[in-house]
Amino acid sequence: MSASVEQHDAENVAAEHPAAEHHAAEHRDYIGAKLGMWIFIFTELILFGGLFVAYGMYRSMHPHEFHKAAGELNVVLGVINTIVLLTSSLTMVLSIVAIRLKRKAQSMLFLASTMVLGCVFLVNKFFEWRAKIHHGLYPGSEHLMTLPPGERLFFGLYYGMTGLHGLHVTVGIVVMTIMLVLLRRDKIRHDDFIKLENAGLYWHLVDVIWIFLLPLFYLAA
Amino acid sequence: MEHEADHPHDDPHIVGYGTFIKVWIALVALTAVLVGLSVTGTPNLALLGLLVITPTKASLVFFYFMHLKYESTALKYMVAIAIAVLVIFIGLTFTDYLFR
Amino acid sequence: MSTAAASVAAEPASEPSFYAGSSRQGILSWLLTTDHKRIGLMYLAAMLTFFLVGMTIGVFMRLEHLTMGPTIMKPTTYNALFTLHGVIMIFLFVIPGLPAVFGNFCLPIMIGAKDVAFPRLNLLSWYLFMSGATIAITSLFTGGGPPDTGWSFYVPYSVTTGTNVTMAVLGAFVIGFSSILTGMNFITTIHRLRAKGMNWMRMPLFPWALYATAWVQVLATPILGITLLLVILERVFHLGIFNPAIGGDPILYQHLFWTYSHPAVYIMIIPAMGAISEIIPTFAHRTVFGYKAIVISSMAIAAVGSLVWAHHMFTSGMSETSIIIFSLLTFLVAIPSAIKVFNWVATLYKGSIELKAPMLFALGFIFLFSIGGLTGLFQGALAVNMHIHDTYFIVGHFHYVMFGGTGFAFFAALHYWYPKMFGRMYNERTAVVAWVHIFVGFNLLYFTMLVLGMQGMPRRYYDHLPGFHLGHLIATVGSWIMVAGLLIMIMNLVRGLFHKVEVPANPWGGVTLEWTVPSPPPVENFDVLPVITEAPYSFNPVSKEQAP
Repeated sequence: MSASVEQHDAENVAAEHPAAEHHAAEHRDYIGAKLGMWIFIFTELILFGGLFVAYGMYRSMHPHEFHKAAGELNVVLGVINTIVLLTSSLTMVLSIVAIRLKRKAQSMLFLASTMVLGCVFLVNKFFEWRAKIHHGLYPGSEHLMTLPPGERLFFGLYYGMTGLHGLHVTVGIVVMTIMLVLLRRDKIRHDDFIKLENAGLYWHLVDVIWIFLLPLFYLAA
Repeated sequence: MEHEADHPHDDPHIVGYGTFIKVWIALVALTAVLVGLSVTGTPNLALLGLLVITPTKASLVFFYFMHLKYESTALKYMVAIAIAVLVIFIGLTFTDYLFR
Repeated sequence: MSTAAASVAAEPASEPSFYAGSSRQGILSWLLTTDHKRIGLMYLAAMLTFFLVGMTIGVFMRLEHLTMGPTIMKPTTYNALFTLHGVIMIFLFVIPGLPAVFGNFCLPIMIGAKDVAFPRLNLLSWYLFMSGATIAITSLFTGGGPPDTGWSFYVPYSVTTGTNVTMAVLGAFVIGFSSILTGMNFITTIHRLRAKGMNWMRMPLFPWALYATAWVQVLATPILGITLLLVILERVFHLGIFNPAIGGDPILYQHLFWTYSHPAVYIMIIPAMGAISEIIPTFAHRTVFGYKAIVISSMAIAAVGSLVWAHHMFTSGMSETSIIIFSLLTFLVAIPSAIKVFNWVATLYKGSIELKAPMLFALGFIFLFSIGGLTGLFQGALAVNMHIHDTYFIVGHFHYVMFGGTGFAFFAALHYWYPKMFGRMYNERTAVVAWVHIFVGFNLLYFTMLVLGMQGMPRRYYDHLPGFHLGHLIATVGSWIMVAGLLIMIMNLVRGLFHKVEVPANPWGGVTLEWTVPSPPPVENFDVLPVITEAPYSFNPVSKEQAP
C-alpha cells in the first residue's frame, strides 16, 4: 500500500541524513515545487504579453512615429543593460550549480554578483528615465502633448513596459537577498536547492522579457 | 511514476559551468549581431533580427539557463502551450487591426 | 461501490473530524489553518455573504423598474448599483464559485490525497480574496464614490469618471491573484498527488473539470491583471494608452478586457459542469455515459472558449473580417458544451432516478443552461447581434448561463456535499419547496428579459418606455418569488447545521472517494491512502446507507 511505501522512504532519509530528519517529516516535492514555479512563470509571460499586444497593435497603426520616437532612446545604455542582465542570468545559474557541487562560498558569491548586476541595471534605468524626464518626455508632460499621437503612444508604452519590468527586477533582487540569507544559514543545500532554483527561474524570466524589450524599443529606430 | 518519493536525489543531472558560459557567449554574440543588423542594415534586416534572433536568444535562456532541455516532456508541452496561447492572443487581435 | 476502500458506514470514526482536529483554538484555528477543508468553508461563508449582498442589490434594481420614471433612486444611483451588482456577483461569487468552495474541500479527497500541493499558498489565496473584496468594498465609501461604469470598466469613461474606479479595479486585481494561485495549486495537486493507481483516465470528472478550469485561471487571468493595471496607470499617471485624443484605441481596451473576461465565463461553467457530472450518475445510480467524451469536451471548451472573446465587441467598430472569424469560433465552442448535455441525458436513460434536492438542482441546471447556451448562439450570429447587443436579451442570456448554470450547479453541489462537509443533513421537503420557488421565479424573471430584449429594451437603463412596462412588472414579481426561494434554501441549510444527527459516510450511494471517508472527514482525510484499481463510476447493485 502506498502509505507504507511513503513511511519507509521517510524513515530511510532520516536514517541516512540525520540533519535532514525534520525535512523527512515534512512533505517535500521537488518536482511539484518546480511545476508550481513554472506555472507562475506562465502567468508572468501572459501579464507582459498583454502589453506586447498593445505594442504590436499600436506599432502596426503608427509605424513611422514609433520609428522616430525610438530615436530618442539611448541605444548604448539599452545594450549595456542587456549585457548586464545576460551576465546576471549566467551568475544566477552558476550559483545553483555551485551549491549543488557543495561549493557554498562560490554559490553565495555568484548570487551576490547577480544582485549587484541587478542593481547596476536599476541604476542605469534610473539615469535613463531621469534624462528623459529632464527632456520633458514623460506621460502627462507638456512637451509630450506637442508630439504626434504615435510618438506619445510609444512613450506611454515605454514607461509602462520598462517600468513594470523594473518593478520585477526590484522584486527579484529582494527575493535573491532572502535566498542569500537562506544559503548562509544552510537552509539551501546541495540536496535541497529548489528555492534557489525557483528564484533563478524568476530571474531568467525577467531576463527573457528584457531580451524582447531591447529590439522593440531601443532598436526600433 | 510521479508519486515516487524523490528526495534526497532531487535532480540527478548537474550541468557544468562550461556549458553555461558557452551559452552566455552565444547570447552576447547574438546580441551583437542583432544590434549590428538594426543599426547598419535595412529595415527588413532589422525585422529579421527581431523575428529570428530574439526568439533564439529567449530559447537559449529557456532551454539552458532555465533547464528546460533536461525537464520532463510534460513540462516542455506546458511551456509550448503557454507561449502558443500568447501568440494566439496576439494573432487573433491582429485580425482586427490589420483588416480595419 | 468501488473496491477502492471498505465501507465505513456504521463504524465510528477512528480519528476526530477536522472540526475538532486542529492544534489551535477558536478563531485562529480557522484564520491560520492550512487545511483545505477549512479554507473551502471559509470561502463558502464569505461567498454566500457576498451573494446575499449582490442579490439584495438586484432586488433594488428590479424595484426601480416597478414604475416608469424614478421610483426609489436617482439615475446615478442605478448606475452605481448595476456596477456593484456585476462586480460582486462576478468577481466575488461566480468566478471563485465552485473551485474555491468545492474544489478546495473535495478535490484532494476525490483524488486520494491528504491536502493540496501548496497548503500555505491556499490560505494566502483566501486572504488575497478577502483583501481584494475589502478594497473593492472600500471603493464604495471613498474617493468619488462607487464606480458607475458597469463591471466591464470600459474606457474612456472609466478613465475620465470621478467615481472611485481606481480602488475598485485594484480590488479586482488582487482577487485575480487569488484565482491564479488557486489554479496553480490545483494543477500541481492533480499532477503530483493523485493516489496510487489513479491514472488520468481513472480520475473522476469533477477533478478533471477543475484541471481544465485551472489552466484557464492561470493563462487568462493575467491579461485582466495587466488591463486593470493599465486603467489605474491611465487614471493616475495619464499614460495615455487608451486615450483616443492621442491615437489610443478604446477598442484595444475591449480586446484586452474580454480576452480574460470571456475565458472567465468558462472558469465559471466548467467546474459547474463537473459537479453536475458527479451528481447525475449518483442519483441515476448509473455509470456516466461517455466518460472520455466528457473529459475531452472539458478540455476543448477551455481551449476553444479562449478564442472567442471578440463576440462581445461585434458592434464596437472592429474590422468586419475579424468579426466573421470570431463568429465562426463562437459557433464552434457550442459543440463541446452540447456534447456534455447529451452525455448527461444519456446517463439518465435507464437509470434508477432519485429526485432528491441535489438532483433537482442538477436537472434544473441542464434545462436552464441549455436555454442559456442556445441564446448564446443567437448572439453569435452577426446580423442578429446587431439588434440584440446591449439589450435585455444579453442580460437574460448571461443570467441563464451564469445563474441558471453555475448558480444552480453551486446550489446542487451545496446540497450534494452538505452532509460530507458538515456531518449534518438539511430538510429535504423544505429544500424542494425552495427549489420550486427558485425555478419558477428564475424563469419569470429572466425569460421575460429575453423577450424584452428582442423587443428592444436596452440594458443598464434606469428607466423604460411604456411598451416595456408589462415585461418589467412580470420580471420584478419573478424576482420576488425567486428571492423568497433563495432565502428559504439558505435558511434550510443553516438550520440543518444546528440539528444534531449522525450522518453516514455515504448517504447518497456515491462511488467516488469522498464517500468512503467519514462525514465530516478527519483532518488528513484518509486513515490509509487508497489504491485505485478500477475505472470510476462503477455502480454495483449494493444497498446504500440511509440517513437515520
